[in-house]
Amino acid sequence: MNIDKKITDDLVANDISFVTTVPCKQLAGVIDEIDARDEIFHIPSNKEDEGMGLCAGAFMGGKRPAIIMQNTAIGVTINTLATLIQYYRMPLPMLISYRGELREPVACQVEMAVHTKALLAEMKIPTYHFHHQSDVEEFDAILKYTFMCNKPVAILTDANFWGGYGDQ
Amino acid sequence: MIRSEILREIAPIIRDQLVVCNIGLPSQELHMIDDQPTNFYMLGTMGLSSSIGLGLALSQDKTVISIDGDGSVLTNLGTLPTIANNVADNYILLIIDNGSYGSTGDQPTYAGKKTSLTAVAKACGCENVIEVQDKDLGPVLQSAIDSKKMTVIVCKCDSGNIKLPVITMDPVVIRDRFMKAVAS
Repeated sequence: MNIDKKITDDLVANDISFVTTVPCKQLAGVIDEIDARDEIFHIPSNKEDEGMGLCAGAFMGGKRPAIIMQNTAIGVTINTLATLIQYYRMPLPMLISYRGELREPVACQVEMAVHTKALLAEMKIPTYHFHHQSDVEEFDAILKYTFMCNKPVAILTDANFWGGYGDQ
Repeated sequence: MIRSEILREIAPIIRDQLVVCNIGLPSQELHMIDDQPTNFYMLGTMGLSSSIGLGLALSQDKTVISIDGDGSVLTNLGTLPTIANNVADNYILLIIDNGSYGSTGDQPTYAGKKTSLTAVAKACGCENVIEVQDKDLGPVLQSAIDSKKMTVIVCKCDSGNIKLPVITMDPVVIRDRFMKAVAS
């Protein structure tokens, strides 16, 4: 299975046509796939809170948005999630590269990994963790759930899900 | 002129446009001067007026004006390259540049010192950047709307605030009312 294509196909099938990204090595393939698809307007952000602002605007303009980012961004976006996305009740699927988990080569990434689920739980953000490739089969249902309930929803995708870092 | 005087002057010009208004006193002032369903009031999240406005402009055809402040643009300076590289000709970023953090007690910003947001916007690649003095804003803003070209306006003005109440409208009501105006 090509995970990048499956994720992008699910986004398109759920009418998600506005996607902002802040890159991560693990997300490179899916970002390339999204960038290549005519059905999706891809707008890279310089910072994840900026990206959430873009998504809020797109949603109010009638588009279904999504953000793709690293889990370190949870540390950047708490205020935006609370006072914009949650306060105004907007849907926002967040496809998150979960760095600092099993097979992670960079020690510093673990420092935010240990806070990631606790922060999401504290924010009462529905959170799904993709660890095996087959977990991606739930992605379509998670997107439908997000736009049903008008909430930000986190999908954490770890190194094992993406197939490791190649040399490990 | 101070920001509330500017908003009073441009209210008839922006009344029929979609407006995303910056957190704090700017939204409170616009709400008091000329509340419209086409106004989206930010109740939190300093810095994102320009980003919300750009996302909105890129997603539908109506003209969008983001009213921002110099302090808020400084807090989200990454917005300017994103704006420059994703041109939406129905988008106007109006930066009310009074050189101070007005809502928090008029502490000076760097835009009131050495930093020129006009020069920063140009350096970021924004193509139509106009710096204007407060009293001259009206015609400049009207012509930017008429031009149908993405424009960044930096309006230099005095710092100063008026006393007025906070917005008590529920955020979901603000958002719902605004989305209906966008879709109408």
